[in-house]
Amino acid sequence: MGLLDKQFDSSNIVVTSLDNLLNWARLSSLWQMQFGLACCAIEMMAASASNFDMMRFGVIPRATPRQCDVMIVSGTVTLKMASRIKRLYDQMAEPRYVISMGSCSNCGGPYWEHGYHVLKGVDRVIPVDVYVPGCPPRPEALLEGLIKLQEKVRHESLVKKKSA
Amino acid sequence: MSEIITTPPVSSTGRTLRTEEMILNMGPQHPATHGVLRLELVVDGEIVVDVIPHIGYLHRCFEKHCEHMTNYQQVIPYTDRMDYVASMTNEFGFVVAAERLLKIQVPERVDYIRVIMAEFQRIASHLIAIGTYGIDIGAFTPFLYCFRDREKILDLFEMTCGARLLYNYMWVGGLSHDVPPDFIPKAKEFCTYFKPNIKELNDLLTYNEIFVKRTANVGVLPADVAINYGCSGPMLRGSGVDWDLRRDDPYSVYHKFDWDVCVGKGEMGTVGDCWDRHIVRAREMEQSVRIIEQALEQIPEGDVHAAIPKRIRPNPGEVYARIESPRGELGYYIVSDGSATPYRIKARSPAFSNLSVINEISKGAMIADMVAIAGSIDIVLGEVDR
Repeated sequence: MGLLDKQFDSSNIVVTSLDNLLNWARLSSLWQMQFGLACCAIEMMAASASNFDMMRFGVIPRATPRQCDVMIVSGTVTLKMASRIKRLYDQMAEPRYVISMGSCSNCGGPYWEHGYHVLKGVDRVIPVDVYVPGCPPRPEALLEGLIKLQEKVRHESLVKKKSA
Repeated sequence: MSEIITTPPVSSTGRTLRTEEMILNMGPQHPATHGVLRLELVVDGEIVVDVIPHIGYLHRCFEKHCEHMTNYQQVIPYTDRMDYVASMTNEFGFVVAAERLLKIQVPERVDYIRVIMAEFQRIASHLIAIGTYGIDIGAFTPFLYCFRDREKILDLFEMTCGARLLYNYMWVGGLSHDVPPDFIPKAKEFCTYFKPNIKELNDLLTYNEIFVKRTANVGVLPADVAINYGCSGPMLRGSGVDWDLRRDDPYSVYHKFDWDVCVGKGEMGTVGDCWDRHIVRAREMEQSVRIIEQALEQIPEGDVHAAIPKRIRPNPGEVYARIESPRGELGYYIVSDGSATPYRIKARSPAFSNLSVINEISKGAMIADMVAIAGSIDIVLGEVDR
């Protein structure tokens, strides 16, 4: 903030590219879908509560997928839930991002071997941007995943293709 | 509570207006269902006629897993993940059942540490229940206060076993680690810190007029219905039934402590309404602090690994052991065929029985009251579906 104040002291023009401006705006207000699945949801709640305060990164929980930018898949994805997650993801407006939180949604976690009903990784139904390992990941780990996602958003471009 | 209108409405010209019932889905993605519960509401206007809970979105086959494990100790991490808000009490129930099957007597220090951990876990679990209930009703601030205190309990757990949420701390016959030397002073420090906070929380939320208006006389659960449906824990005690397994079917060392069972008295409305269930949780936290303080004074010295068996091969037989988890009666039924693997484990989860009563208590309520009712049951879907 100090930098901006100084900039506006001497002149009132900040030169940047459109990409930079849009990316800066988007990464500073990644609204999250308020959507808990299992154990990791408790850590996600802890991350957005007092001690870890995820809101300082501009992450505000929203209850409807229409207003969300990022979906944090927090917990075991069962086959019954997988179709609902796909639908919720489809309802989100682009650009949209997915953080897969915890071993269960990364790869099936402790349930990968005998879990006849557990999807072995949420990336089988929706594309995932950041994987956060742990069972459950600490809130710090989730924040790290969020910062990684912000870095990804920072380097995106409207003109260039997403993969570049 | 509102009455269901039975006579059809009449227009100003005297014509009878046709009404029809509508089906409204609440969940599985809904902030007030505390997880992935789907409630199918049959509504007549704004009034709920019928509620059909659909579960199974978090079924993780706990019971089938147990049969595939190579020994009894491997089951414990899966019990953690059943009721993930109160992992310590889940482990506690399982190890009590397994020890009864094996006829192991654990050292007294182990029992004391288990009780301390279970009561800390009860406080942490009730803090989540109260905090999220506040959010359901529309009060966001108590949530932040609750999580501030809960983090302090998690710090105590973390310094003991290294994990914040899923501990794998209690083993059959003992514990994974003894408590570190500075655990006991820090636990005492927490108790003195936490006691005034319960009053703060009550001032902030429990006796708040808006909160009372939203919860008193809503979702009244009569004692006989609660008993018929097999409700337990704060659900049952909120209806005025004086029943707590810690006192009425003592396990571990609970008989050595002096504490009271809290029951709902209908202070703000009818006995068994949502407010009663809430106040039972708030008062139970005070009693848990009392138990912890006594246990910290009396805790004996000893080796926590002394009774851990090298190989667990119980004789063929069966056992049912139950403990009071923060949600109610948590029971484990274990059948052994003499091998190292349990032949069958059945978990009796309190949240499942408590949830089954939702249809009974929400008939005639408004849709907005459904949120208050569902929150007051304090379900954890990991335990409902297992």
